[in-house]
Amino acid sequence: MNLTLFLQHLANGVALGFVFGLVAIGYTLVYGVVKLVNFAHGDIFMMAAFFVYYGIVLFSFPWWLSFLFAIFLTALLGISIEKVAYKPLRNAPRISSLCSAIGMSFLLENFAIVVFGGRQKPFYQPPVLNRTLNVWGVRIQLVTIITIVVSIGALFFLSYLVYKTKMGLAMRALAYDFDTARLMGINVDRTITFTFAVGSSLAAISAIFWALRYPQIWPFMGVFPGWRAFTAAIIGGIGSIKGAMVGGFLIGMISILLVVVSSRSRQDTEMLSFLLCWSSFYSLNQLVCLVKLRGK
Amino acid sequence: MKWVMSLLLLATLVIAAEPIVIGVYEPMTGPYAAGGQMTMEGIYLAHEQVKEVLGRPIELVLVDNKSDKVEAANAVARLIEYHKAVAIIGSYGSAVAIPGSEVANKLGVPMVGCSPTNPLVTLGKPYAFRVCFIDPFQGTVMAQFAVEELGAKTAVVIQDIASDYSVGLSHYFQEAFKKLTNNKKSVLGVISYQTGDQDFTAQLTFANSKNPDVIFIPAAAYGEAALIIKQARELGMKQIFLGGDTWEAPEFLEVGGKAVEGSYFSTHFDTEATTTPRAAEFIKAFRAKYGKDPSAFAALGYDAYMLVVDAIRRAGSADPKAIRDALAATKNFEGATGYITLDQNGDAIKDAVIRVVKDGKFVYVTTVRPSE
Repeated sequence: MNLTLFLQHLANGVALGFVFGLVAIGYTLVYGVVKLVNFAHGDIFMMAAFFVYYGIVLFSFPWWLSFLFAIFLTALLGISIEKVAYKPLRNAPRISSLCSAIGMSFLLENFAIVVFGGRQKPFYQPPVLNRTLNVWGVRIQLVTIITIVVSIGALFFLSYLVYKTKMGLAMRALAYDFDTARLMGINVDRTITFTFAVGSSLAAISAIFWALRYPQIWPFMGVFPGWRAFTAAIIGGIGSIKGAMVGGFLIGMISILLVVVSSRSRQDTEMLSFLLCWSSFYSLNQLVCLVKLRGK
Repeated sequence: MKWVMSLLLLATLVIAAEPIVIGVYEPMTGPYAAGGQMTMEGIYLAHEQVKEVLGRPIELVLVDNKSDKVEAANAVARLIEYHKAVAIIGSYGSAVAIPGSEVANKLGVPMVGCSPTNPLVTLGKPYAFRVCFIDPFQGTVMAQFAVEELGAKTAVVIQDIASDYSVGLSHYFQEAFKKLTNNKKSVLGVISYQTGDQDFTAQLTFANSKNPDVIFIPAAAYGEAALIIKQARELGMKQIFLGGDTWEAPEFLEVGGKAVEGSYFSTHFDTEATTTPRAAEFIKAFRAKYGKDPSAFAALGYDAYMLVVDAIRRAGSADPKAIRDALAATKNFEGATGYITLDQNGDAIKDAVIRVVKDGKFVYVTTVRPSE
């Protein structure tokens, strides 16, 4: 393998990794605060892509306005999902909200099939963004570079939000204990609503960058990135924002490496075995890891 | 006596009004959705034209197989056991048609495939038939075209390892390509992805490093084929791309855009290269109903329905066994896609059409006849 080829694979891996990472942060943020794996995250992601599509097709918005419109609508969608599906179950056993999340995922998918149709739709790629850069023979998409910048930006923004603002303080308090937080005068409902709004906006942003890179959208488009991002969030230690980014990066790299190493790979199976190894490694170091995670 | 007669007459009328159910399982959603929906356009048109057989109305029941293997098996079982279908039509996508035909065969109800091309759909299943050609032929057609028309000496294949269609077609293409180039090493590499993948840069970087003349992509899902070619162009690859019949979907052009220009694929039907008088009638009726040209899948759906109705008529009964025997005896049935004669496996032997993407449209290139 020559150097250009190696660098090209590396660039591909980085590109894919940051997209997964961006989706994973949304997952992990909601889990970190509410302790709920929001299985509908992938489908909120899908809805966001459709909002952009309809913003352009139906209302003939310019693309940037359509993106903003989609982010706003998706945040609203996230908030309403929380109100309808999770809030009534807040004091129920955790498994109930998990089931509710899976139900929500099915609901959104089937809603999309009925309303948007089962067939793939092309996603508009603004000519400004749709360019390929050639760096010493290595070809990188402009979108990829923007994705990396946005991911890192999102990471810093979230770190600021969680660790430096009052709302972030409330979120961290909730992550420890709902009741105690309430006793301390924190508005639990508002904080959770806010968390879902931010999580869903992140889903929308990642959906936009995903669709710019892979420009076909359909009702099940969120399933694949959803699962990969979920894996990424777990690898990074679910609840940890930086961990999710690192996890996404790892998953992207591994996806590319698996193909490079074996041309007949079945990625899902191998990814699963990787996850199993990882979790057994986790259980060995459970104590150390837990201490580390809590310490963040 | 008179009232007994009238009662008898009434009874026969009631029995006669009992509809004959033809079940259809096609992918309406999921990665193959366009294929299933295009097929249904043809089936609906055919049903509109022929609504009755043996003096009984025909009831068409559609169950979505969601482009999923398990759902496909369930769909067929549901059609037969719940809806009491006497014959089954479907499905686009060999990966879903194989489990579907398995169930139909086990339950003893004949199934006619519209466009699944993998040999295993009908092999060893006396109740499974199809109105299209099969992949050993399709793979050879594309290999022959690559070698003889495009002057290709080397090729790389990118296949979907989770799809029976893709792996099968890839295999037959490689065999034919090696034979035609007289070079066992002319296929420089075979690399896989999996249905649902959206990023193919690793596979393409690998393919590009081999520097082949052509790249064959027997993708099971048209959207994935379009993404592969798009990403290849972004990586600066200039090779010619070849594919199979799944590429014929408007989505392939919409998603692929400029990237897919000049890509060739094989398919079943082209409005410019019809071989039967019935084809002209079909095209006319289709344009009148939908205001566009029919796709190969619509034509195959139309033929599958007409063949089933014809078989019921020839059998003279709605008994699945009798319909099966009539289907097996099909000779020179005049369809929109050509004259259909089913061989001992239940497969049709037909011409293949090669098309190219030009100015955002599918354009007819040539017709390839199967050799004896």
